[in-house]
Amino acid sequence: MTTTVAAPWLLRAVRPLGGEPADLLLAGGRVAEVARAGGIAPTTAGVAGGNVLDADGLFALPGFVDLHTHLREPGREDAETVESGTRAAALGGYTTVFAMANTNPVADTAGVVEQVWRLGRSAGHCDVRPVGAVTVGLAGQRLAELGAMATSAAAVRVFSDDGHCVSDALLMRRALEYVKAFDGVIAQHAEEPRLTEGAQMNEGSCSARLGMTGWPAVAEEAIIARDALLAGHVGSRLHVCHVSTAGSVEIIRWAKAKGWRVSAEVTPHHLLLTDELAATYDPVYKVNPPLRTAEDVAALRAGLADGTIDAVATDHAPHAPQDKDTEWAAARPGMVGLQTALSVVIQTMVEPGLLDWAGVAERMSLAPARIGGLPDVPVDARSSMGVGAPANLTLFDPEARWVVDPAGLASRSRNTPYRGMTLPGQVHATFLAGRPTVLDGKIR
Amino acid sequence: MNRHLLSTADLRRDDALLVLDTAEQMARLSDRSVKKLPTLRGRTVVNLFFEDSTRTRTSFELAAKRLSADVINFSAKGSSVSKGESLKDTALTLEAMGADAVVIRHAASGAPHRLAGWVRGSVVNAGDGTHEHPTQALLDAFTIRRRLGTVEGLRVTIVGDVLHSRVARSNVWLLRTLGAHVTLVAPPTLLPHGVADWPVAVSYDLDAVLPGSDVVMMLRVQRERMLGAFFPTEREYSRRYGLDADRAATLPGHALVMHPGPMVRGMEIASEVADSARSTIVEQVANGVSVRMAVLYLLLGGAGADERKPDDQYGEVADR
Ligand SMILES: [Zn+2]
Repeated sequence: MTTTVAAPWLLRAVRPLGGEPADLLLAGGRVAEVARAGGIAPTTAGVAGGNVLDADGLFALPGFVDLHTHLREPGREDAETVESGTRAAALGGYTTVFAMANTNPVADTAGVVEQVWRLGRSAGHCDVRPVGAVTVGLAGQRLAELGAMATSAAAVRVFSDDGHCVSDALLMRRALEYVKAFDGVIAQHAEEPRLTEGAQMNEGSCSARLGMTGWPAVAEEAIIARDALLAGHVGSRLHVCHVSTAGSVEIIRWAKAKGWRVSAEVTPHHLLLTDELAATYDPVYKVNPPLRTAEDVAALRAGLADGTIDAVATDHAPHAPQDKDTEWAAARPGMVGLQTALSVVIQTMVEPGLLDWAGVAERMSLAPARIGGLPDVPVDARSSMGVGAPANLTLFDPEARWVVDPAGLASRSRNTPYRGMTLPGQVHATFLAGRPTVLDGKIR
Repeated sequence: MNRHLLSTADLRRDDALLVLDTAEQMARLSDRSVKKLPTLRGRTVVNLFFEDSTRTRTSFELAAKRLSADVINFSAKGSSVSKGESLKDTALTLEAMGADAVVIRHAASGAPHRLAGWVRGSVVNAGDGTHEHPTQALLDAFTIRRRLGTVEGLRVTIVGDVLHSRVARSNVWLLRTLGAHVTLVAPPTLLPHGVADWPVAVSYDLDAVLPGSDVVMMLRVQRERMLGAFFPTEREYSRRYGLDADRAATLPGHALVMHPGPMVRGMEIASEVADSARSTIVEQVANGVSVRMAVLYLLLGGAGADERKPDDQYGEVADR
């Protein structure tokens, strides 16, 4: 949403979608010219002295879009702010984040969503698209003013009570129907609340041994099945947040086969980590929905590979130390994830051969952009790198390996489950509408 | 021994036997007129009880005092998981006091594991949520061994609210380690969803299991479980899973009846069974002191913690 037109930039010998090296000229907020490496001379292109990036060895993908980010502002600025969260996003290669509504006050009015939207614009690290609450105060009782949020300056298209499930079937039906008027989508946190009272972790072998109340897969799957049927019935768009079980993947596959307008996202942590980690009782591994089993992880990867799951979304959920330095039951659920998402996707999807780079572009940028109703979305990965495409780009070194150090992350919070892990892929530069938000792996 | 006693799941067989053998020596001491040993003189044991349990706290206190340790009862009464001082801050306070061992009872599963990461001293789990209660299992094994001579090869039946029972979990792992065959009996609602992976047999029919049991352990069943729809009424629970005199009569002559206490007479166990000759309920209390003396003695290394051999330590979680 940057209004000032960025000065031209020349990216030399970058590899779009991991392909042959090329020179890309970014001007007027778009990709203005593409040529083979060495094909564009800075002088002829009118590029100012410093605006040449030697991108030899770097891959380019369209800037990532996160459908599921908790920026915590307003209300919990000790855990994250729009400024700190969007820094983390830019450093992770994101050009747009959808800011979840469970702030304090809740983003359930035009006033709050506009506040968040403005904070995003003034921070300038990436586009911030507020998500509106479905119900007033996330209480699941009355619809929030969805239309007012849609027509506000924030132009809200995604509505979610995330953190809570819209568990009332009638209310969910009405919400799905109502947002059709402005092509909105309901993003559901699928969790049947009666089946998860007091739940601490995935219900199964580990929870039985560890003596923790289980969060059964069926609590997610039952809601997804119900919502898919509702969406089919009323012809509305349903988006399923953070799919975490093998059964959910099957149900979504079935709903899509019916031709219903159902989309889904998976988080990086559900693609990599399993419930065995709860044996440490370290709440850094506590998240909602919980980490599941290795079989679930395999099904989620397969679902993301075949398109049953449309998008990767981080569910970046920063928490202050006092909310994690506790016994497991007292800790808040959630993990930070903006700066590790690409790396986890490379490790879990690209390196095992489940997804190529065009596939990563689709799952991390184009599909979430379409689901979120962003304007001007390239029709496919190839055209996202072509002349005329928006100059939202992520440049990264796929070969680099880095060790995750919580203190080195830009988020105000340190609750990463990847501490000490060596992960592949490092973001070097991020361009937002032709303007670098990250260069040399640092915020501009 | 491990540095901490957090769970019986990671207790090796030889360590478990060492605790039982040491407890035997401690029990002999208790028969003497002067019941004190100077072993832990100058050492500080903190009882940190976030849940009320006078019996367990008193048992640990007595055990520590008989070993001449200084005992601090750190009152966490009124504290809860969600309010007041955090567990971490409490841990830092205990650290500043120079606690050599912290005995913790907490409503949250895994709280002792967390504590073990924050203090230098040894941590003894005195019951954490619905996870484990290792000294209870050790004293149960000690009681069985005293009565029947061995644990190995015995058929032990555990009856009741396994789902919410830390006693059941600790017993399942320890009895398995010691070579017993464990059968769990409960209504299906009171068994954990993942129980199929446990090294136990499962039955819903108490009458079918009793004649083949050498030991029956009755677990406490809280009446409030009815509200969670775990069973319809107290009466129905008692009829299907309670140990009354008629049922107890179907046990082999040598079979023991155990209960970790506190028991609900008339609910899971009939009074005449609880008070019968095959009941070990009162002995279990006495044995608890001996076993806890043994645990503190071994963890604090009577002759000084520095003499612990490095290769006596193992386990990533339990052993920082
Ligand atoms: Zn959620």
